[in-house]
Amino acid sequence: MKTGKAENRQGFFSGRDMGRAAIGKGSMEKTAMALLEIRDLHAAVDGHEILKGVNLTVNAGEVHSIMGPNGSGKSTLSSVLARRDTYEVTGGSVLFNGKNLLAMEPEEAACEGVFLAFQYPVEIPGIGNAYFLRSAVNAVRKYRGQDELDAMDFLPLYKERMKLLEMDEKFMNRSVNEGFSGGEKKRNEILQMAMLEPKLAILDEADSGLDIDALRIVSGGVNALRNPDRAFLVITHYQRLLNTIKPDFVHVLVDGKIARSGGPELALELEETGYGWAEAEQTQALSA
Amino acid sequence: MATETERLNTYSEAWAVTRAHAVAQEPVWLRQLREEGWARFDAKGFPSTREEDWRFTNLAALAKTPFRRASRGEFAVTAAQLEPYRLSGALCQLVFVNGRFAPELSALSGLPNGLLVRSLAEATDASRQDRASEGIEQHLGRYAQMDRDVFTALNTALWEDGAYLRIRSGLALERPIHLLHLATGAHAAIASHPRTLIVAEASSQVAIIEDYVSLGAETAFANAVTELVAAEGAVVSHLLVERENLASFNVSTLRIEQARNARVDSHSILTGGSLVRNNVHPVLNGEGAECLLDGLFTGAASQHLDNFMLVEHARPHCNSRQFYNGILAGGARGVFHGRIVVAKDAQKTDAKQTNRNLLLSPRARIDTKPQLEIYADDVKCTHGATIGQIDNAQLFYLRARGIAEAEARNLLLYAFAAESLDRMANPVVREFAATLLHARIMELVAAAKTDADAEIPTQNGEDAE
Ligand SMILES: Nc1ncnc2c1ncn2[C@@H]1O[C@H](COP(=O)(O)OP(=O)(O)OP(=O)(O)O)[C@@H](O)[C@H]1O
Ligand SMILES: [Mg+2]
Repeated sequence: MKTGKAENRQGFFSGRDMGRAAIGKGSMEKTAMALLEIRDLHAAVDGHEILKGVNLTVNAGEVHSIMGPNGSGKSTLSSVLARRDTYEVTGGSVLFNGKNLLAMEPEEAACEGVFLAFQYPVEIPGIGNAYFLRSAVNAVRKYRGQDELDAMDFLPLYKERMKLLEMDEKFMNRSVNEGFSGGEKKRNEILQMAMLEPKLAILDEADSGLDIDALRIVSGGVNALRNPDRAFLVITHYQRLLNTIKPDFVHVLVDGKIARSGGPELALELEETGYGWAEAEQTQALSA
Repeated sequence: MATETERLNTYSEAWAVTRAHAVAQEPVWLRQLREEGWARFDAKGFPSTREEDWRFTNLAALAKTPFRRASRGEFAVTAAQLEPYRLSGALCQLVFVNGRFAPELSALSGLPNGLLVRSLAEATDASRQDRASEGIEQHLGRYAQMDRDVFTALNTALWEDGAYLRIRSGLALERPIHLLHLATGAHAAIASHPRTLIVAEASSQVAIIEDYVSLGAETAFANAVTELVAAEGAVVSHLLVERENLASFNVSTLRIEQARNARVDSHSILTGGSLVRNNVHPVLNGEGAECLLDGLFTGAASQHLDNFMLVEHARPHCNSRQFYNGILAGGARGVFHGRIVVAKDAQKTDAKQTNRNLLLSPRARIDTKPQLEIYADDVKCTHGATIGQIDNAQLFYLRARGIAEAEARNLLLYAFAAESLDRMANPVVREFAATLLHARIMELVAAAKTDADAEIPTQNGEDAE
């Protein structure tokens, strides 16, 4: 059985790796299969190994936060999950809803329900926001066997969600992210998430560059989308986001591995202590 | 393979016929023009790549193909064949088959007063001289330069027909005039030399589409020359569409003469042709004149698409804008040559030129060459060119939202191309161009995908501004 196998591997990781322990108290007991099951994931960019054995299990309905120092591999992990091909998976496995995520193209992963809110959303001049998003929604709907939405069906939904994120309707006809401020780009990501209704939403620093109001709006948007069938991976550097989006679990990614896992209190502790301990540990490990 | 002498012979046969006809039917001034054209072509032949203006375009394939002229009525075109090329929003449609006006296929009813639309052959027929031919002698051949361009010389010698459009002063036409040039043939390649004269009188407004289409798979050569005269305050838009088959040659020369405050927009969309040379040559010859040269060239397979722009600022306070974008797949090759000449007394000239290119395959190639010749001292001239591939980050962004790769590429290419559409002011012209582009981009994405030896490279474009 899968769980058995996962437990066998536990000894493999440092005592601080609580990723597995979380299984016991999560909803794993209720559902036979986790929504996301990352095992010993290794990934490299241009020959540099960035992820060095990540293990993480996320069940539907859970919110996991991933913290960790700059350059530790958080965005790499989210890109691998969203299937960006510039990242080469060099080992391990990822099951999403029981399917091999690593065999999927980005669009397949998206249609299966993986959503990545980008740390740095790109600008796409010449493609209108509304047109783009309707194409995306329809691609996903088609994949799921639902009818495609025409502009008449789509626009009211779109406008309603824009309201939720307090975005002006003028953004509709502007090119995707073109000339958007940092905060506007982040809100646009959450808006897309709200329209695409993913099963797993990965938010890569959705809070960076947001002012207080935007932070409230973004976290409000996320909270409104929380439901028992949906899980979140919230990557952040700051406790302030976690005050409103209350995570069930907090993991610390250090040098391509999850160095610690715990409950929400871990985030508070990190706020106090920083990552000095992790770096010390690394140095120790290196000298040993 | 044809030798040099044989090559010229194929044209000299055509010249013998044309000359005989001219002697019988045409006014003296026109015959003289033709003689001069032939003499120049005969003396020089086709240019070689040693000539600066032809550095990137090798005409060997054109030179060694024997062409003949179609005889009158040799190829019948049916209404059904024509149907896909009708343009419902057009004010009128003139159809030419292998360079000859086909009145039975054309739609010319209900023309407004003040708009003269005629076959140029008819209008210059000495036996039929009437008021409608007024103005031709004053303009025809006065702008297009035989001395610097041998194709113009050849066209002047050999043209059989074309359109003569005259828009009376103050007349504003909303719907475009569609000049449809069909190439059709069998057995031997056919050459035609369509000649068009457009005279937009003071403060008139008009949009013209010059559209080159092949009805079959046979090789053809269209060597077209259009002279466009925009009098004071006229507003003219011209769209060249080259969508002939991949066996055809097309050399199109648009010579624009602009008077004071005239505004001319020249658009071009190149999707077809094996070897295409698109010459656009505006002369801003009155203060306050403005021109826009906007083009999109899209090549696949082994297409060669050469855009040669020559913008002459002859008077002060004129403004020119060039935006040429290329999308090249497979082993296609594009050329953008943009020369801006600012005369000594053309102070306060404002000239801008940009050429952006997307290469969809490692074998695709673009040569881009700006050339500024500035003899005035108070001018603003800028130019820039970029060469890039589809942006990987943008592609991933779209795919990460569920949009399939081919569709994502379509969207990105369309976004790149649509810039050109945004500059088209006439809604019927824009709509027509948009439809062509949609179809073309799907073809290019499919071509890029099946391009056997090409992993499509993706990276950010670099700016060589
Ligand atoms: N092309 C590359 N070649 C070499 N190293 C790379 C390349 N791309 C990324 N990296 C490195 O991978 C590491 C992980 O980057 P990643 O963006 O995943 O970090 P992160 O945890 O998201 O950091 P941050 O908190 O700053 O967003 C960094 O050290 C980065 O420099
Ligand atoms: Mg990051």
